[in-house]
Amino acid sequence: MGRLRLLSRSILPFIVGIVILAGLQSVMPPVFAVILIYMGVNVVLAVSLNVVNGFTGQFSLGHAGFMAVGAYTAAKITLSLSGVQFPLLGYGVSQQVIFAIALGAAMATAAAAGFLVGMPSLRLRGDYLAIVTLGFGEIIRSIIENMKFLGQATGLSGLPQRSNLIWVGVSVIATVVMAYRLASSTQGRALFAIREDEIAAEAMGVDTTGYKVRAFVISAAYAGLAGALIAHAIQLSTPRMFTFIRSIEVVVMVVLGGLGSISGAIVAACTLTVALEALREFQAYRMVAYALLLIILMLTRPQGIFGTRELWDLPFFRKLFRRPALAASGAAPTEVRDDSTGGAR
Amino acid sequence: MTEFFQHAVNGLSVGTIYALIALGYTMVYGVLKLINFAHGDVYMVGAFSGFYLADLIGVRSPDDANPPGGLEVFLKASFITLAAMIICSILGFAIERFAYRPLRTRPRLNSLITAIGVSFLLEYGFQLRPLIHSPIEFPPGPSPRFFPTLLERVPMDILGVSTSNYDIIGFTVALLLMLGLQFIVYRTRFGTAMRAVSFDPQVAGLMGIPVNRIISGTFILGSALAAAAGILNAAARPKIDPLFGLIPGLKAFVAAVLGGIGSVPGAMVGGLVLGTAEEFVAGYTDSSYRDAIAFTVLILVLLVRPTGIFGRVTAEKV
Repeated sequence: MGRLRLLSRSILPFIVGIVILAGLQSVMPPVFAVILIYMGVNVVLAVSLNVVNGFTGQFSLGHAGFMAVGAYTAAKITLSLSGVQFPLLGYGVSQQVIFAIALGAAMATAAAAGFLVGMPSLRLRGDYLAIVTLGFGEIIRSIIENMKFLGQATGLSGLPQRSNLIWVGVSVIATVVMAYRLASSTQGRALFAIREDEIAAEAMGVDTTGYKVRAFVISAAYAGLAGALIAHAIQLSTPRMFTFIRSIEVVVMVVLGGLGSISGAIVAACTLTVALEALREFQAYRMVAYALLLIILMLTRPQGIFGTRELWDLPFFRKLFRRPALAASGAAPTEVRDDSTGGAR
Repeated sequence: MTEFFQHAVNGLSVGTIYALIALGYTMVYGVLKLINFAHGDVYMVGAFSGFYLADLIGVRSPDDANPPGGLEVFLKASFITLAAMIICSILGFAIERFAYRPLRTRPRLNSLITAIGVSFLLEYGFQLRPLIHSPIEFPPGPSPRFFPTLLERVPMDILGVSTSNYDIIGFTVALLLMLGLQFIVYRTRFGTAMRAVSFDPQVAGLMGIPVNRIISGTFILGSALAAAAGILNAAARPKIDPLFGLIPGLKAFVAAVLGGIGSVPGAMVGGLVLGTAEEFVAGYTDSSYRDAIAFTVLILVLLVRPTGIFGRVTAEKV
């Protein structure tokens, strides 16, 4: 029974998702599809950054750097294998398989970069991670701009257009399922313990460095995935796509949604994507607005809009999902998130 | 051998700038345990204050026919430096008062995010199109500006090492400022109070030390030094833009960590070591990766000796 539930919680979303996405892909006009792809990529970024900044209480500012690592890895693979056709498979299928391999490689290299950056800086308490990741983002950019192999400042262009709603949607589902499974696992509990009090966690026997590094590596891998997706959506990979501003955008999404809230990150990522598309002509004020948003949020509502709660923990949604019987008997609205305990309480 | 000395001179000249900025980081970290992300931008504001002040009091342009006398030039240059230091002190005070102080009892992550926010506000606020046009154009906008020539540049050649009066003046001023700071921190009542707050703010408060005032004072001191560094650097390498503080700020932080964050002599030594190391590595190998050197140093320090050169290992207390 337990195994079945586990299976349904991690596999079912993919099956349902692919069916819905395939339907969407065939009816969605391209203009909306592009915005949906941006939205999906931003959700992947925000939810994965939330694992470090929200769950673990560390502060990474280098998400764009890991995106760049993933994007360039995947771009190199798809570019060099663009004419390859596997035996027994059609050309189109082969290319999709290659794209899947490229995505996997992007995640692997980004994870490796995350390990390199995280290992030294996460051994220490404090805010070193912020500075090291900030520096890492700049270094990656300067390396790319100096390497002929990676196309220098002009970047790699002419990538095949591979990211469609299905790929992006599956990545979003993968990220969100990962975050939920992580949050309810032993690993997740350890991360929350580190966030609440690192010293106490260590005293209780939590291997703080190990857990922090693992969380950071996971987060970096998904950032690499997002980078690979966006590069194959706009068929271009340049250092300018992965500047510091990009990292900050993701940080704003996470902080706005609430550090530690998965649904908060998703809502904030979607809202901000739409807002950015709608407010294209005010681009110059974007960073100033982000800065003010961060400061004002910290001064007035430092936990973000949702805090560490999820969307369905909010009073409005609780009322919506409250059981009629409970409501009629006038019982206090208890937690109805988990069916097995909701009625018993 | 000449090349060696040339790199050493260049390294020291950059290193003093890093050291001056690093002092601000290290002092603030000492009293608040906060990485003041906005510090590099205070340095940028210092350079821009100098730029505007020079404009206002009319520093001659390089192609002026009859240059004014030495005394006038000297007075103007020192006025600009001092005024910029005062402006940045006020800015540093305001940042602490309105952005950091309300969050002091909250988790440290909140202050860190606010610090990042303040940093962006300065960096990108200065990049907006000018809103006011007279007497100065403010904000300056994203395009780089040329810092006016405060003093006439006199190239010098000492034992085959080419340098200029700017390097010598910069080095001297930085050295004097650091000695002054050393005096303030270790020989005055304020400095004693500052060290007490950095040791334990709560107990310091119980002993009658006005903790808030000391923290404000720390920000004022650090910001003034950053402003001086901004002017010295902008005068020697005369191109300034709103993102001019980003990389030096990060490198100065590396210098502070290298010297042992929280330690005043550590920041000075760290700055000089980092500046020379960068110059030597970039000079003898490939200069296109210059910016990566500092971060390699940071990662090495964090791996090998996280407390830095002068840092003491302290036990974590609950």
